[in-house]
Amino acid sequence: MSEIIAKIDELARQIRIATLKQLNHLGFGHYGGSMSVVETLAVLYGGVMKYNSHDPQWVERDYFVMSKGHAGPALYSTLALKGFFPKEDLMTLNQNGTKLPSHPDRLRTKGVDATTGSLGQGISIASGIALAHKLSNRDNRVFCVVGDGELNEGQCWEAFQFIAHHNLNNLVVFVDYNKKQLDGTLDEIIMPFNLNDKFKAFGFDAITVKGDDTKAIYNAVKTVRKHDERPLVVVLDSIKGQGVAYLENMQSNHHLRLTPEAKIELEKAITLLEGK
Amino acid sequence: MFIVENDPIEMRKVYSTFMNEFIAKDDKIIGLEADLMSSMSMDSVHENHPNRVINCGIMEANIIGLAAGLSIAGKIPFFHTFTAFASRRCFDQLFMSIDYQKNNVKVIASDAGITAGHNGGTHMSFEDMGIVRGLAHATVLEVTDATMFRAILEQLVELKGFYWVRTMRKNAVKIYQSDEHFSIGKAKILREGKDITLIANGIMVAEAMVAADRLAAQGIDASVIDMFTLKPIDRGTIVKYAKLTGKIVTCENHNIHNGLGSAVAEVLVEEYPVPMRFIGVKDRYGQVGTLDFLKQEYQLTADDIINAVKSFF
Repeated sequence: MSEIIAKIDELARQIRIATLKQLNHLGFGHYGGSMSVVETLAVLYGGVMKYNSHDPQWVERDYFVMSKGHAGPALYSTLALKGFFPKEDLMTLNQNGTKLPSHPDRLRTKGVDATTGSLGQGISIASGIALAHKLSNRDNRVFCVVGDGELNEGQCWEAFQFIAHHNLNNLVVFVDYNKKQLDGTLDEIIMPFNLNDKFKAFGFDAITVKGDDTKAIYNAVKTVRKHDERPLVVVLDSIKGQGVAYLENMQSNHHLRLTPEAKIELEKAITLLEGK
Repeated sequence: MFIVENDPIEMRKVYSTFMNEFIAKDDKIIGLEADLMSSMSMDSVHENHPNRVINCGIMEANIIGLAAGLSIAGKIPFFHTFTAFASRRCFDQLFMSIDYQKNNVKVIASDAGITAGHNGGTHMSFEDMGIVRGLAHATVLEVTDATMFRAILEQLVELKGFYWVRTMRKNAVKIYQSDEHFSIGKAKILREGKDITLIANGIMVAEAMVAADRLAAQGIDASVIDMFTLKPIDRGTIVKYAKLTGKIVTCENHNIHNGLGSAVAEVLVEEYPVPMRFIGVKDRYGQVGTLDFLKQEYQLTADDIINAVKSFF
């Protein structure tokens, strides 16, 4: 067990470094929301999901949907590190003609299962994939990350009703509860109240774990749900900009255009992470 | 002489019969409904195939996403709801979840235009065809009668991509014989005449046929074309008949902006400009009423077509 977690932690460190390098190379991008899902991606791609990077369409694979599409760069780092495409490609993020656009695009990037970016839609797509597997009596699992700001979108709650009603317990929903959306904190814009209670009322099993606690995330989702268990929501109590002190302390870190000072700070953060 | 006679089978029965048969034949087909299952005669199909016809409830945006996910995992989803809710209510979902990523989803949009009848203006869409034809990969169809509807549905099982099929729910006027063949993207020539061309779709095809008969009695020889595929539109046929007749009237159960008339005009302006008249709803919203009343009210009758034609002579 500790061996697996150590492997996952190492993957998380690499995803974080690769994502920072990717965004620094470009000079701007979605730092905050990419950082807050790094550990979750590391758990999924480092210890939970079935996939084959040489055969991204393998029918027995588990599916992943990044409904909060602005975390695309973190997903790309994960996929590159896991061999879906060469790591050098990460430096093409958002360049003209790239295979790695700001928000994930299933037709452009190997390993991306659903195109997302217009918020609220990824969770519905994930439910459709989960439903298809249920209807075909297949064991494939589906994992979906939604943002806490994304929960402003009514479509999410349509999807949650559907998931619970049809008991799509082959789908695990992560809510990246980093408490900030683009224009400010959730409390200022749309207060989420108690997410755990909300999801339980919607017919889910819900747990909250620290967004960087890989062991807790792993334990929450490693086991396949039993036939009669309710679908699971994991609320990730995370920090926007997680794992990089400079970003964590920044007031507005959703999208960052690098100043010379920020560049120096983030290069330092990379060096620090590389030394670990 | 065109005889106005309704098909004995309702369009919704065509759909439910098709779904009942094809769900049994092909385990990839899934029917999705948005709490309008009974309106579309899908309740018996649901009884026969409870796991394959899913009444998702009133959540059109989510259903479009679900359909996309089903497609990604290899299923062939057919989603039915009314035109209004299948278009303007969930346009961004049609764009991102389906069209942008080339998912294989068939949307069956019923209660087209004034055929929404007693549901009235709130449920009546005169803009849906224009909305959907703005999507780059979409194929946009309006079926004319029961024979065509069945034939098109059968083709859609094999065809991959986003297909939008607009229809009425009840009995359409019969236009085609049961052995007729339909090729998506190719217009049907119903009548050859040298003086003017009437290009129609949906319920307006029958009105155009009636108008053509009456015009003939007055010495005006009209061609009638059923342009059931709005996108990709049959450019060749439009240009050919523009050259042949020099004048065109389009007839649609939709706003004249951005529907059939606009699509035909786009082709002609570029390739062979000829004078046109537009029969359709002229920037108004719907209201409750019988089909006959609404046809009169929105100037969608054979008489309106005749008046438009006569303005040329």
